[in-house]
Amino acid sequence: MNAIPAPAPLLEVRDLQTTFDLGRNIQIKAVDGVSFSVQPGETLAIVGESGSGKSVTSLSIMGLLPKGTGRITRGQILLRGRDLVTLPEREMRKVRGKDIGMIFQEPMTSLNPVHTIGHQIAEVIIEHQGLSQAKAQERAIEMLSLVGIPEPRRRADNFPHQMSGGMRQRAMIAMALSCQPSVLIADEPTTALDVTIQAQILELMKDLQSELGMAMIFITHDLGVVAEVADRVIVMYASQVVESGPVADIFERPQMPYTAGLLKSIPRLGSSVLHQRLETIPGQVPMLSRLPSGCRFRTRCAHALPACAQTEPPLSLTPDGREVRCLRWAELTLAEGIPA
Amino acid sequence: MTALLQVKDLKKYFPIRGGILNRVVNNVQAVNDVTFDVRKGEVVGLVGESGSGKTTVGRTLLRLEEATSGSVTFGGTDILTLPKEDMRKFRKRMQIIFQDPYASLNPREKIRTVIGHALAQHQIGTPGDREDRIVRLLEQVGLSADYMDRFPHEFSGGQRQRIGIARALAVDPEFVVADEPVSALDVSIQAQVINLLDDLKDALNLTMLFIAHDLAVVEHICDRVIVMYLGRIMEIAPASSLYSAPNHPYTQALLSAIPIPKPGRKRSRVVLKGDIPSPINPPSGCVFRTRCPRAIGDCATIVPALKPVGLDHFSACILTT
Repeated sequence: MNAIPAPAPLLEVRDLQTTFDLGRNIQIKAVDGVSFSVQPGETLAIVGESGSGKSVTSLSIMGLLPKGTGRITRGQILLRGRDLVTLPEREMRKVRGKDIGMIFQEPMTSLNPVHTIGHQIAEVIIEHQGLSQAKAQERAIEMLSLVGIPEPRRRADNFPHQMSGGMRQRAMIAMALSCQPSVLIADEPTTALDVTIQAQILELMKDLQSELGMAMIFITHDLGVVAEVADRVIVMYASQVVESGPVADIFERPQMPYTAGLLKSIPRLGSSVLHQRLETIPGQVPMLSRLPSGCRFRTRCAHALPACAQTEPPLSLTPDGREVRCLRWAELTLAEGIPA
Repeated sequence: MTALLQVKDLKKYFPIRGGILNRVVNNVQAVNDVTFDVRKGEVVGLVGESGSGKTTVGRTLLRLEEATSGSVTFGGTDILTLPKEDMRKFRKRMQIIFQDPYASLNPREKIRTVIGHALAQHQIGTPGDREDRIVRLLEQVGLSADYMDRFPHEFSGGQRQRIGIARALAVDPEFVVADEPVSALDVSIQAQVINLLDDLKDALNLTMLFIAHDLAVVEHICDRVIVMYLGRIMEIAPASSLYSAPNHPYTQALLSAIPIPKPGRKRSRVVLKGDIPSPINPPSGCVFRTRCPRAIGDCATIVPALKPVGLDHFSACILTT
């Protein structure tokens, strides 16, 4: 690490805690003390399995938690130093779409089925940039062309159901980027797509990012996608960050046994020649209402000691600037994440 | 090895009706002229993107859909022409594992009943024997016998898929169609179920058609792989040759599109342009030509046949020599 102080982050999440009321006085912390930051032009990937809290983290940032059941109970979300947690809804509405854009896994759920694609994008532009209807419509067509939709003028008159999954995802990206947000949050943006279409969309997102210089928070469970898009990675398990660092370090030298286990359990191309059996993590992700004492991963961990049941491991900072949540990180040598 | 299952010229069109007379105005050509066989004790992968027809093939050869034409010969009998009653006997010999185990389990039935039904339906054992058999099945798929009296909602996704596998195996089938059995599962759970299927395949000498869109998963578990695109077979090969030396331009593009979990790895990627065309009006000639980086004029007129390109390796491309 060099001695030059890091530039002030564009978006900084500090000690975020998001609590859900499940009724009958049962509360769970879907996000529990999560901190991270993103710089302009950087791609941060948040990885984890279902229920790890990665999507709730993004909904918390966007202020889109389900009303009445989910709420932020601690922490700050600073966008250029301004705390979004305490912002009134009216102000937050200006931030969404204008400063922070978001794309979801299934475009059908966030596109309005009764309006044309062009109309929906124009509406966002009018709302945030105050352009006239005609100018906004022109800008919408420009956006559709930017995301590689052929015949954008004709396509602008399409309803969402008239488009294929890949086209809809492009249209949603066009909408999210129409006001040139400084941060784009992408929650499993390619998970529902076929692999050849996924390749197109990932390529497009990378091109647009280098063109527009925005920061990207990429939420996914697919470690192949992470390796392809991310600069830095945060690994989440049971509502907490368990490891973070530059993408190459995480994949080559994971320091948390969960990350190492996850990397070894992905089926990789080449197995028909190598005949390797997949390594697995035993058991399953614990329920948030019934977390084990101490380390949340210890019941599935091959390296767990009695001490792991007694102490909740802190997120330790390693000498090379990575974070790892494991009591034994300094003494463990986990097998290489990537077979040579 | 002898073929347990032979599929010949299988065709499945779904009619689209319209107009005031509700006449058939068009067809979705889901499966077109599909021919392949599955040998005894072999696991064959059927891969393709959405709309490739892979799931329809699986459902048609179990007669969960009726084929438009073609034949499916199982153990020497053409099962597509069998009367319903005779088909029942074959159902015991051919089973299916679904993608979403939750949707395929009755939420009001305990696991004991779910699996017991399959046994009773096919008159396997006495009610007393059945209990023992259920215990053995659950243990075989890595579940404790204590779970017998629980309901489906009490299980996690991975456990439910194990129950789905136990139910399929309950009647000692000779052939199993597994339709995206691990796609809905998290990575760490997916690995557990893949290893389980691998073990069962060896222990029970299972013959299986493994339908999936994830090519890395398919490579792990399959002996041979069939690649489909828009209702037709593009390539058939032993897994080791398909992944190391794919012949068809579509297979090559598909393999190159898979994100590799290795940061900083540079590789040449064939990014296919455009979307998969509609199966209502598939392109003339080769169905892949509209997205093929190597298409020539003849590709629009000639429907390419599967030609041998190596040992047990076939590819449907006119540019293949």
